[in-house]
Amino acid sequence: MELEAPRAHHDLGGAGTYICQEIDRAAHTPTDFDKEVDAIRQILGAKGIMTVDELRRGIEEIPEAEYHQLSYYERWIRSMTANLLEKGVISEAELAAVLAAAA
Amino acid sequence: MAGTVLRLEEVAGERLLRAVAALLAAKGIASPTEITEQIAMTDNASPAQGARMVARAWVDPQFRALMLSDGTRAAEMLGIPMRGAPPLGVLEDTPDLHHLIVCTLCSCYPRAVLGYPPFWYKSGAYRARAVRDPRGLLAEWGTVLDPGVRIRVVDSTADYRWMVLPLRPAETAKWNEDRLAALVRETDMIGVTLPRVAGD
Amino acid sequence: MSGSPQLAVGSRVRVRDDWPETRGRVHIRTPHYVRGRTGTVVRCLGDFPDPEQLAFARPARILPLYHVLFEQPQIWLEGCAGDQLLVEIYGSWLEPS
Repeated sequence: MELEAPRAHHDLGGAGTYICQEIDRAAHTPTDFDKEVDAIRQILGAKGIMTVDELRRGIEEIPEAEYHQLSYYERWIRSMTANLLEKGVISEAELAAVLAAAA
Repeated sequence: MAGTVLRLEEVAGERLLRAVAALLAAKGIASPTEITEQIAMTDNASPAQGARMVARAWVDPQFRALMLSDGTRAAEMLGIPMRGAPPLGVLEDTPDLHHLIVCTLCSCYPRAVLGYPPFWYKSGAYRARAVRDPRGLLAEWGTVLDPGVRIRVVDSTADYRWMVLPLRPAETAKWNEDRLAALVRETDMIGVTLPRVAGD
Repeated sequence: MSGSPQLAVGSRVRVRDDWPETRGRVHIRTPHYVRGRTGTVVRCLGDFPDPEQLAFARPARILPLYHVLFEQPQIWLEGCAGDQLLVEIYGSWLEPS
């Protein structure tokens, strides 16, 4: 019997949960939401505000259940927001205020 | 706002995006115009770019040699913008070796020459199975390799981005470069399919 | 630059059998399935800043990056003889075998 390694939940090579799952080969065109998140990520990278490694680390820190529930670019915006807060580029108070104003 | 505890997990992605975009615009970090321009630039990258490289490599041995030693420079020679993109590596299929690209840790993809990664490339099933059951995975695309062909699965874990230079189908011996470029699909350059002449 | 290649193309290397993710917040680019495994260096890809530090916005040391080839069936105890896995691995994770 092969023991399951203590792998992190994003480290999916060979993961037993997926090994019998069929690939969804249908084309999914990126949405406006997807493209905007992607573009902001690129701008933050180009301006030296956030590296792609920080983005990934933030994605990996999303708890496992949520990680699998969120769409690809939902994970990105979550990680980007967490990174921007952590780095003090935006503050929690500012974000809360904008969210409240938009509610 | 003292004592506010923001729970990001309770904010829907779209709402979070609108709020973050507003803050970044207010701070002069990313304006709506910059975002629109960035989207337009990203949309310009598509599998047609990678296909042009493959077609050129099939007709021009010198270009092929350059593409295999320095993919970034080869792309730039065809006018594909590579500034700011990770280095591009190109791996060549041979009659007895087939390459298949995956990123098991996230979704590293040669975006500069292929565009946005397709949905399936980012899926858990693809990431899990490519390294462990590559032949079963290829079968889902209807791809069956000739007997004796080995598979080399490339896990794109770090600073490079990888694409496959597939074998040129024998039936295309008399085709010109444009016609060859039109034949090559994104799936051929990731290695889940092989270039195929329609109707054969 | 400190990260000139120390492992020659063709040399046998072992990936460290280390699991930093069990010890706290980390960002690791060495897939779990190659840890503790032995492969062959097929290419030196150049020097790059260590993503394990970049991920936390810390000053990053420069590491050599290698393309390392593994026999696929040995890793999964299944699969087709002759099939292989090619993985980018930073020098900090490799030791001569």
